[in-house]
Amino acid sequence: MSHAILVDLTLCVGCGACTTACQQVHNFPEKENPTLDDKNFTTIRTVTENESGDEYYVRKMCRHCEEPACASACLVGALTKTKDGAVTWDTNKCIGCRYCMLACPFDIPKYEWSSMSPKVRKCTMCYQERHLTADMELDDAGYVLDASGERVVIEGREITAEDRDTIIELTTNMDDNRASACSVACPMEATVFGERDQLLAEAKRRILESPDDYVPRIYGQKEVGGTSVFYLSNVSFESLGFYTNLENSSYPDKTWRVLEKIPDIVVTAGVALGAVYWITNRREDVKRYEEEIKSKRSKKKA
Amino acid sequence: MKLAMPRITFWKVTAAVFLLGGLAATIVRFGWGLGAATNLTDITPWGLWIGFDVVTGVGLAAGGFTLAGIVYIFHLERFKPIVRPAILTAFLGYSLVIVGLMFDLGRPWAIWHALIYQNPHSVLFEVAMCVMLYTTVLALEFSPVVLERFKLHRALKFVKAITIPLIVLGILLSMLHQSSLGSLYLIVPQKMHPFWYSPMLPVFFFVSAVAVGLGMTIVESYLSARAFGKTLETPLLRDLARIMLGVLLVYFTMRGIDLLRRDALHLLFEPSFETSMLYLEVSLMLIIPLLLFNIRGWGQTRVGLFFTAFSMVLGFVTNRLNVTLTSLESYYRENFGTSYFPSAGELIVTISIVTAGFVLFALAVKYLPIFPEHEEETVLRIGDAPDRSSAPPLEGTPAAELRRH
Ligand code: SF4
Ligand code: SF4
Ligand code: SF4
Repeated sequence: MSHAILVDLTLCVGCGACTTACQQVHNFPEKENPTLDDKNFTTIRTVTENESGDEYYVRKMCRHCEEPACASACLVGALTKTKDGAVTWDTNKCIGCRYCMLACPFDIPKYEWSSMSPKVRKCTMCYQERHLTADMELDDAGYVLDASGERVVIEGREITAEDRDTIIELTTNMDDNRASACSVACPMEATVFGERDQLLAEAKRRILESPDDYVPRIYGQKEVGGTSVFYLSNVSFESLGFYTNLENSSYPDKTWRVLEKIPDIVVTAGVALGAVYWITNRREDVKRYEEEIKSKRSKKKA
Repeated sequence: MKLAMPRITFWKVTAAVFLLGGLAATIVRFGWGLGAATNLTDITPWGLWIGFDVVTGVGLAAGGFTLAGIVYIFHLERFKPIVRPAILTAFLGYSLVIVGLMFDLGRPWAIWHALIYQNPHSVLFEVAMCVMLYTTVLALEFSPVVLERFKLHRALKFVKAITIPLIVLGILLSMLHQSSLGSLYLIVPQKMHPFWYSPMLPVFFFVSAVAVGLGMTIVESYLSARAFGKTLETPLLRDLARIMLGVLLVYFTMRGIDLLRRDALHLLFEPSFETSMLYLEVSLMLIIPLLLFNIRGWGQTRVGLFFTAFSMVLGFVTNRLNVTLTSLESYYRENFGTSYFPSAGELIVTISIVTAGFVLFALAVKYLPIFPEHEEETVLRIGDAPDRSSAPPLEGTPAAELRRH
């Protein structure tokens, strides 16, 4: 089942509960009005609309693209689109080239610039957190173990039984379902976690039922080939600072279209080079042979 | 052999100063991390080290495959004396690119992961593979010089036997990664200025790499003449310059048509930072070289050819920096109100890497048979093709004669 997050900006009151919950669940220091960085995965930005002077709150986080540019860019496949819907990053593979950061159309991945063993950091859709369960085994020192018997590490932290319980609490919603910490914390249901198809249907329903309250666009439905975070708004997304110049097709396709031609290019160019070599080589052989005959003849004459 | 104190010259002192500066910057980079050493940020993740040390560096080393192709595949034998220096530059170039990469990678010790965690959908994976394989190929292509020097005849024979497949492999690998460096940017169309983003980027990168390969060969040959008195015939260089200008004309025609097709021509007349940078690029790369080459009586002398090629090389560097840095500036400015300019540390490391290139080249020319001693009669062989003409016995080669510094 593929998950997604629906952010209804018309409901957001800008309280910042999502940001705080995200910091708590990852054990990051809590900051006032943080920017997106290696220790903060989501922000609330206040935008004042030019014409009306109204204030809007815009939430920023990883979009968990259906076809993530970051994952296609990564040469070692450290970033993966999981079946769960989340796009996750693997510490053990990354070599730190930062191509993912350049490639992301939403400028999401951040870097630990001051670390000597820097990691790429971004919203994980609480992937690991949502998969922590109360019945996971502990080792002698009291740390939670995963199925393969390794200690579970989340954002660089080994998880104790106590941490586990906090995390489970932060990622369990009112219906007793596991959900992202930001959605659990949101008091207005402006951020909802759920199944992608259902959330998309819900977003459509809201627009159809109250066409006056929304602009007729679900940001994230088609952008960059579809994402797993949907936004609804009652003012144009452009005026809120969303990128509106993104194409509705997959970004990884842009490079794959070239890469998939490589076998053909290699074969064609290889044959062409071979042919040129053969022809020019042959030409020289012939020349040499003719010269030999000539010199033999002239010798004979002499 | 007498040991003498090496002569202290202006250039040696300059090189030493740069290298010491580089050492200091290296300590900062590996002691305090990327954040301390560079001006890179979360907004501007790639800077000078990728833009110059890697993307431009690989381009500047393109002479290796261009000349190997001209001589061994097209059999234009008169260019043979140039192959060795070109392959040497390429080999040094690629080695230094890898050094530059070690500075830029956040986890350089994990670089070998590219071998085991392969992502075939990543352009960068393709670049990494090709660069690695091609550096190996270059080492093999260059090895006869060293093998001759140390009289390792059996190994020499083996390398010579596989010369043609090696050359073909080298050309194929070069085609792939020279163009792929352009493909890297295909995934960010919306971030780049229309002057430099094009679906044709891979083609542009490949064609301009061929041109700069020729340009670099001319430049090196001139500098080596000044520094070591070792050089190549002017007519050869003139022909190289002619081919180079031909390739450049094709290149800029394609870029013009591309701008036209993407409706971006009007931008040429809108004054902006980007427009000036494009004009700088076109002037250095095409217009000045064309003008210089056609100055009667001077353009085709050794000096004239040098300046023609040198301007082209500078233009090429401008182009690569424009693609990698300039073209993203408007995106940074409009969306984040920031801009990127390399830090002192980034600049010093880059300068030292270039300096190291010069020093290594100088040492190689001094101790290895790179340039022909006597022009004309001397035909130097880089792992020669199975040769059916009068192959001189190894002992009689200039390599043997050269063994006297
Ligand atoms: S928003 Fe960026 S980081 Fe997140 S999945 Fe998409 S491409 Fe990757
Ligand atoms: S920085 Fe790491 S995760 Fe990002 S593309 Fe490079 S190797 Fe992959
Ligand atoms: S999904 Fe999890 S990681 Fe992402 S913003 Fe919400 S709380 Fe933070």
